[in-house]
Amino acid sequence: MSTSRTPTLDPAKDRSQVRQKRMIAEHFERLARAKEEGRAVVYTFVPGNLTELIGAVGTLPVLPEINALQSGMRGRSGAYITEAEKSGHSEDVCTYVKCDIGMLRSGNIGPTGTKIPEPDLLLLSYTGCFTFMKWFELLREQYKCPVVMLHVPYQADGVITPEMRQYVVRQLRDKVVPALEKVSGRRLDLDELSQRLALSARAEDDLVAVWESARHRPSPIDGYFGGVYYIGPIFSAFRGTEDAVAYYRELREEIEARVAAGEGPLCPDGPLGPERYRLVVEGPPNWTSFNDFWRMFSREGAVVVASTYTRVGGLYDTGFRHDPAHPLESLADYCLGCYTNLSLPKRVELLERYIRDYQADGFMINSVKSCNSFSAGQLLMLRELEKRTGVPGGFIESDLVDPRYFGKANIENRIQSYLQMLEARRQGGYA
Amino acid sequence: MKCVVGIDLGSTTTKAVLMDERGTILGQGITNSRSNYEVACAVAHEEAVLAARRSLLDRTIESLDGPGADEARAVRPRLREALRLELYLEELDELSDAVLRHVSHPAMAPHRAVLEPAAREVLDGMARSAPELFLGGGGRRSDFFRDVAGAAFMAGAERVCEGGRVPFDRLAGLFDRAILDVEVRFRRPAFAPLLTRALDRIVPGNGDDRGDRAARGRVEPLLRAAADHPLDEVAFVGTGYGRQTLPFPKEAVKSEILCHGRGAHDSFPDTRTVLDIGGQDTKAIQVDEHGVVTSFQMNDRCAAGCGRYLGYIADELNLGLHELGPLAMQARRMVRVNSTCTVFAGAELRDRLALGQNRADILAGLHRAMMLRAMSLLARSGGISNAFTFTGGVCKNPMATRILETLVREHYDAGITLNTHADSIYMGARGAALFALDDLRAGRPGILPNFGRAASQPAEDPPCGRSEPATHPFGREVDD
Repeated sequence: MSTSRTPTLDPAKDRSQVRQKRMIAEHFERLARAKEEGRAVVYTFVPGNLTELIGAVGTLPVLPEINALQSGMRGRSGAYITEAEKSGHSEDVCTYVKCDIGMLRSGNIGPTGTKIPEPDLLLLSYTGCFTFMKWFELLREQYKCPVVMLHVPYQADGVITPEMRQYVVRQLRDKVVPALEKVSGRRLDLDELSQRLALSARAEDDLVAVWESARHRPSPIDGYFGGVYYIGPIFSAFRGTEDAVAYYRELREEIEARVAAGEGPLCPDGPLGPERYRLVVEGPPNWTSFNDFWRMFSREGAVVVASTYTRVGGLYDTGFRHDPAHPLESLADYCLGCYTNLSLPKRVELLERYIRDYQADGFMINSVKSCNSFSAGQLLMLRELEKRTGVPGGFIESDLVDPRYFGKANIENRIQSYLQMLEARRQGGYA
Repeated sequence: MKCVVGIDLGSTTTKAVLMDERGTILGQGITNSRSNYEVACAVAHEEAVLAARRSLLDRTIESLDGPGADEARAVRPRLREALRLELYLEELDELSDAVLRHVSHPAMAPHRAVLEPAAREVLDGMARSAPELFLGGGGRRSDFFRDVAGAAFMAGAERVCEGGRVPFDRLAGLFDRAILDVEVRFRRPAFAPLLTRALDRIVPGNGDDRGDRAARGRVEPLLRAAADHPLDEVAFVGTGYGRQTLPFPKEAVKSEILCHGRGAHDSFPDTRTVLDIGGQDTKAIQVDEHGVVTSFQMNDRCAAGCGRYLGYIADELNLGLHELGPLAMQARRMVRVNSTCTVFAGAELRDRLALGQNRADILAGLHRAMMLRAMSLLARSGGISNAFTFTGGVCKNPMATRILETLVREHYDAGITLNTHADSIYMGARGAALFALDDLRAGRPGILPNFGRAASQPAEDPPCGRSEPATHPFGREVDD
């Protein structure tokens, strides 16, 4: 496959996406060689991931959530979940966890077909999801390796106070960095960390430009279904790398070219037809029927102009950037600011902003029953947003990676009903 | 006369509504979907066309003047029932054929000698008692052929099986199989021969009485003229679960949420909240002053609390669905039922019956458990605003309605009006017809050519009363 190939109808085949695919393949190759090359491996979570720090001490990150969602997209998650349930995990447990446990019990083969190495350290960044703690407790039991916990205070009052920041910085300095240094056998070089953070900020600038391109009509991107491709590098192993900078620069150029040409986003069936509905989406997508789910929107001319799920691994479009001048403080602010760590009022505020800024016709909540940290309070959010914006909300239910919980007919029915409702309201009544 | 058609392809039943250009309902039809939407659609549609002809006949009779007018008006109430009777007899003929076909199956050979005469006796008895059922003035609880014929068959079977020589279960099983055959057959009953037979029954005019003959002579031409009045179906809209399975163009397909909301609002213009409980769906819908949906919630993943919940309970008790509500209304106390799963509720029912608790009391509790689920869905959709309209098949159940009234009073405002409608089951089709009317008024007729032609022309051949195999406009459209 040539990397100079022009964009095709498949979003996974844009030049930037070809680059992303190569980057991911190389990362998994590095992981496959890690043990023989003596590189320590650190498992961590997407929200509050400290990729620059992990990289700066020469260790390699593994993100079990991303493995789980990729297993979902590759049609493996059903079997993995069954495997986990056989070992005693309940039907109601987070399906990311069960998918990961099942994958582990099935040989821990990653998305590129190579074995994922065992962790030398479990870096538990606690950002709003209680299940993270239980998840790594299970992995610790399995791998008999150390866990270092970074406790990130919940933004209950919607602000990051200096005390909260200092609390996180202290943990980084006194607990996390020493733990990383211990497994890597290398001291942290703060200058190198700063250099990485400078690269992060450059990529973040370009990512924000990509998000904000959705203000155009037609929107050149789908900020949810297409958006999950865009967050791939920056939410996983690449923040703070030259690779990520190149990826986001290329992506931004592609999007800007689409804006100049007045083109809409590329969808599973090709370019989106006339843009009929602009939506904001709250909640993670379903991964097991990802393209079918996307088509339910794209075939009706619905484009997602902004989504909150694409902010779980970092919220950049409210102004935050990693700051090389204040490395640990900046990492603390990053962790504190992740979407999963925001209070309900803050989430409502962000969604309200998206609805207004991106001139959305409606907003849709995809509620995932097995993900309480995301789902609790979503109906309240829906009512509040309707009250504040006058824009009607839609509510659907599915799951992250358990294929049993994606009821295609039901979900499609609700989406069509919702979009037809938008149309009827747009016309202001019936004849 | 120009008219529009709305079809609601529900998970359990398929409904059709014909509406004139003023938005007045001309006719309604309903049949079991049984997963065969093509046939169900055609059957419901034909029934609606027949009903439309009946109501056009009514209208014509009302406006008649001159010789025969008063006589025509005098026969109108009996004529309506006589037409229903003739249709019932047609379907009964088919049921008889189907029952006898099942008896003749090789697997039934060991029982045939006993079952066949028993089945014939039951079916003959049904045909003999049919006139009394329709023209006797006693009223019926249901107009569904399955319900009416089912009750009559079971009553006849119980009589025939007295003494134990004929096994009741096997006889009843014949009906259960045969009714499925009848429900999935598309008939094209012609109105004119039906009318003739109905008139033969109530104004025979063939006796010695010259007055009778003269009356028949005056009434018949007037009625025939009305019966032949052309019905031009010029727009249609489909809705409901099966809508995607039919070759409706996309613009002629509307979500059932919008259709139910609009149908309910059209019936009761003060409506702001709608609860629709259908076979497998419960929908809580909020509408604005124009009937446009502003918010909705539907049950997901689990269909407990929907019509099938009651269907399952009815099966457990060996009762007709329409008998459940009246029986539950006889409850002296309400047994608390906590199961939110249909199957577990069945288990709880059996358990409580085994403990000797009263059947009606348990049923009352089951109804309450079901309506509590609906209340939860209503809360999710934004609560209940005045006026509150309850629609869907379950709305016909008096106990469901009574409990809903109580719950609304307990949880919301005692001043909220609860609307129910005798034709609540048709609300989705009614809303769909209103969307079709929009198309007609906007100059966007959306009728499928075959659909219109087959539906609006009275079939002349074959003579009414005979069934055809299940070919119909939708089927042909696909095949072409």
